[in-house]
Amino acid sequence: MKFSEQWLREWVNPEIDTQALVDQITMAGLEVDEFESVAGEFTGIIVGEVLSVEPHPDADKLRVCQVAGGAETVQVVCGAPNVRPGMKVPFAEVGAVLQGNFKIKKAKLRGQPSNGMLCSESELGLSDNHDGLMELPASAPAGENIRDYLGLDDATIDVDLTPNRSDCLSIRGLAREVGVLNRLLVEGPDINPVEPVHSDVVDIRIDAPEGCPRYLGRIIRNVDLSAETPLWMRERLRRSGIRSIDAAVDVTNYVMLELGQPMHAFDRSEIDGGIIVRWARSGEKLVLLDGQEVELVEGTLVIADHEKPIAIAGVMGGEHSGVAEKTRDLVLEAAFFDPISIAGKARHFGLHTDASHRFERGVDPELTRDAMERATALLLEIVGGEAGEIVEVHSEQHLPKSPVIELRQQRVTDVLGLEIDRTEIEEILTRLGLHVDKLTREGWKVHVPSYRPDITIEEDLIEEVGRIYGYNNLPVTEPVGSLGLREEQEAVRPISHVRSLLVDRGYQEAVTYSFVDSKVQALIDGDHTGIELANPISSDMSVMRTSLWPGLLKTVAYNQNRQQSRIRLFETGLRFVREGEGIEQVPMLAGVVTGAQNPESWVNGRRSVDFFDVKGDLEALFELLGITVEFSAGEHGALHPGQTAQLHKNGEFVGWLGALHPQVQKKLDLDGTIYVFELFLNSILSGYVPNFKEFSKFPEVRRDLAIIIGNEVTYAEVQRVAREKAGEFLTGARVFDVFEGDAIGEGRKSLALSLFWQHPERTLNDDEILTWFGAAIDALKAELGATLRS
Amino acid sequence: MENLEQLVQDGLKAVEQATDLQALDQVRVDYLGKKGVLTQQLKSLGQLSAEERPAAGQKINQAKGEVQDAINARRAELENAALDAKLAAESIDVTLPGRGQSRGGLHPVTRTIQRMEQFFSRAGYTVEEGPEIEDDYHNFEALNIPGHHPARAMHDTFYFNPGTLLRTHTSPVQIRTMEDGQPPFRMICPGRVYRCDSDMTHTPMFHQVEGLVVDKNISFADLKSTVEEFLRVFFEKDLAVRFRPSYFPFTEPSAEVDIEWGRNDDGSIKWLEVMGCGMVHPKVFEYCGIDPETYRGFAFGMGVERLAMLRYGVNDLRMFFENDLRFLRQFR
Repeated sequence: MKFSEQWLREWVNPEIDTQALVDQITMAGLEVDEFESVAGEFTGIIVGEVLSVEPHPDADKLRVCQVAGGAETVQVVCGAPNVRPGMKVPFAEVGAVLQGNFKIKKAKLRGQPSNGMLCSESELGLSDNHDGLMELPASAPAGENIRDYLGLDDATIDVDLTPNRSDCLSIRGLAREVGVLNRLLVEGPDINPVEPVHSDVVDIRIDAPEGCPRYLGRIIRNVDLSAETPLWMRERLRRSGIRSIDAAVDVTNYVMLELGQPMHAFDRSEIDGGIIVRWARSGEKLVLLDGQEVELVEGTLVIADHEKPIAIAGVMGGEHSGVAEKTRDLVLEAAFFDPISIAGKARHFGLHTDASHRFERGVDPELTRDAMERATALLLEIVGGEAGEIVEVHSEQHLPKSPVIELRQQRVTDVLGLEIDRTEIEEILTRLGLHVDKLTREGWKVHVPSYRPDITIEEDLIEEVGRIYGYNNLPVTEPVGSLGLREEQEAVRPISHVRSLLVDRGYQEAVTYSFVDSKVQALIDGDHTGIELANPISSDMSVMRTSLWPGLLKTVAYNQNRQQSRIRLFETGLRFVREGEGIEQVPMLAGVVTGAQNPESWVNGRRSVDFFDVKGDLEALFELLGITVEFSAGEHGALHPGQTAQLHKNGEFVGWLGALHPQVQKKLDLDGTIYVFELFLNSILSGYVPNFKEFSKFPEVRRDLAIIIGNEVTYAEVQRVAREKAGEFLTGARVFDVFEGDAIGEGRKSLALSLFWQHPERTLNDDEILTWFGAAIDALKAELGATLRS
Repeated sequence: MENLEQLVQDGLKAVEQATDLQALDQVRVDYLGKKGVLTQQLKSLGQLSAEERPAAGQKINQAKGEVQDAINARRAELENAALDAKLAAESIDVTLPGRGQSRGGLHPVTRTIQRMEQFFSRAGYTVEEGPEIEDDYHNFEALNIPGHHPARAMHDTFYFNPGTLLRTHTSPVQIRTMEDGQPPFRMICPGRVYRCDSDMTHTPMFHQVEGLVVDKNISFADLKSTVEEFLRVFFEKDLAVRFRPSYFPFTEPSAEVDIEWGRNDDGSIKWLEVMGCGMVHPKVFEYCGIDPETYRGFAFGMGVERLAMLRYGVNDLRMFFENDLRFLRQFR
């Protein structure tokens, strides 16, 4: 909310400067976003009176004026179209300094001497309007400094109020707060009832008392809405960020700013019968003041006449029933609408109005009559007319009850961590306008005033005490807690170790959005349909990821487009998959690798990364985690059919490793071969606790063999067959060469492997080894069609 | 015997002239070998009388020794020279880069969260996680933000359907942890959160770390010390911290926390808002089945990217999610 400092100071005027005031209310929880002077920097502008206006002999658009107000009447050449004799205008005398250090000097314009300048609003920094001179009221005293006359030594303060502090959405509320902080009395303008001069009343019926517990209406007859809003009021509105419309609207806005009660003025002639406050019927239509036609929905509180809705209660009036210059009789409305009934309604219609902002947060239900009287008085002053009687309809049972809350001194001490003196607590609460009854030795009964709907429980009172006492005056103590130890499973590795290992192996961690492009997702994961956001920010962020690959691949494209060809990335995070009625949100670890295996260098060569480089990274990871993972050929829609591995740990599927399918790669506009992996984190983090076993002190025996087998036979099969037949003391098998080529023959490959034996208690002899070695070879021949390579 | 002297002189000269080990060995053979000229001299001893023999033999042996010493010295010299030559030939350019893989790095968000986890877990806090697709109850209702509450406007929420949404803060993790356990609690919950907002200073996804301490004797003073200490530990600086009254539906009293971030022209402290905090609202305890008369608690929350930006001088929030390698590599 924006407000004028001067206006506030009329209610309460602490002896502190603007900066100190701003700091003070900020530290009381009314955070000031910014404040700025209401006018530009200038000196030497006074109220001038244009005595005469003559045409310029040598210029069509210029006029030669005699201007009084300064020490003597001077001639000024002026180009403004609206200059006329008798008008009062801001007048920059010779010697004045305007914004931008623009000095006013004696000059000649097309040969005519000009001593000074008549000013528009823009020269004063009041607005951007420089179409014409700023016209001052006829009553403006010529010669008076314009700063004093317009009260321009003022600041607009923009305070960003939290939603609980609806009581501060007015000068009255802000003044109350400033009064509390400075221990000063707060005094607003006198509000006296306006005596009705006719008995014409508006008929009011409330059909929805739960939404509108109180409604006041008053007829004012014979107004003249062509009357202009006085300058002082327009200035206050302007300094509060509100545009002047016409006298009736300006007065209702002024009272809203001053007291906090949003009001509305209807053209009485447009009200059919009387006013009914009711819930809208579905399908009803209303053209609002801003010109848009809305279709009302059930649950919308409306002000209606006997025929149709004429306003959305607490949000915006209808265009048709609004006041206009021709309006003769008007109906003023001041009502209390229930916050919950108003909440969200404005947003539903794409609106946010000063009224809805206040009603949603809670307006003082006891304010309506004061506001009505204040608005009536102001209005009569400006537009004349005759006020009628105020008609009030209310439903006592639906009006909010101001609570009485028990406050215990011990609780204040416990929560704030400081024992505050009883009298100080009482004093703070009293200053805040709360009525404090001494209850017992333990505490008080506190009556909350109607303007503080945010205070409903004991903690709210404690906050008020702490806030006014000053959070920064409260003590600082270190919390004391139990030193008990917590369980920690040794077999489960923290994810930070996983990250470290990948980082050490050259991977850069990425964090990509959890929502991705649905088309990319479909391309990557044909098995799942991504869960769609109802209100995505854009179409390329519209579905929840079912895999981390779309985000990582997008990152690859982003970096490839920026001359980065060697890319190694990983990410951890949830994937989101529909699972029956529910949603499975599972942590994944995924990576993507492309470009050279090592950084290009004189000694590293330029070899591109291949499947086995990435597999080596994963094997290192599994070693760290203490798990055994089997890789077997698999099929995945997004991966190269010949370079896809599915990973299993003790039979449980734990993830994929493979080369991106060339077609997918092309569609995503990616360069080079791209390897990707994705693992279910929860399945791999749990390894084992070491359990020592005796190791043999006797020598290990090694035998090498080279076999030729069909290309389709996997190393895993070779190993399995060899292990089965090589006896119980086989300790290991290792492949040390794989070779394909003309020398071997098409469709075949050569595998060279070493087998290792060791006995726990003795040295093995040659015959034993020969037997097992022979058995393994025979099995390879028989089961896999292997031949020994000579 | 006069030519013994001459032979020695010749031998020493030959040693000196030997330029490699092979030549030197030849000299050894020529003078000291079985048929070497000095060895031959010994055979001439037979022609001498028994009285003369010992002295002459001694002289010859002396001569042999002299030559042998010279050979040894020369050999050492030549060997050293050979080694020097070999070493010289083997010298490398040690300024050339090393072989193999370079190191990657953690994302600055992870780096920041890991630091926070470290500070807090050392003080006995647990690290809790929870779902990112949340229900309305845990994200709003149980945090004392009913459907009509104006505070909902502060959260631009991504919805899947009216009851299901992307969590707008990590507070639902606190709710879930309190629902599932028994007080006391001392926990932090880091994680991704989502708000339907995207511009220069907002990304639709960002990270929060929230903390919660619930025990029998927790006060606002405890909250103040925890937050102040955290900020000083995080920034490794003894900066001024202030607490400003604010409003969150799930805490009462509530505060926003400002830190000293430079000075204004007039020397006054420039304050920068970095986090929010407060005492757990009794309603929140009630939703979680905890008696607010017995237990009190405090909670705090902060934006990870915001703190990372301040800590590392990053000037554009959006960079965190562009994952430009030139950005990421600066956080190894």
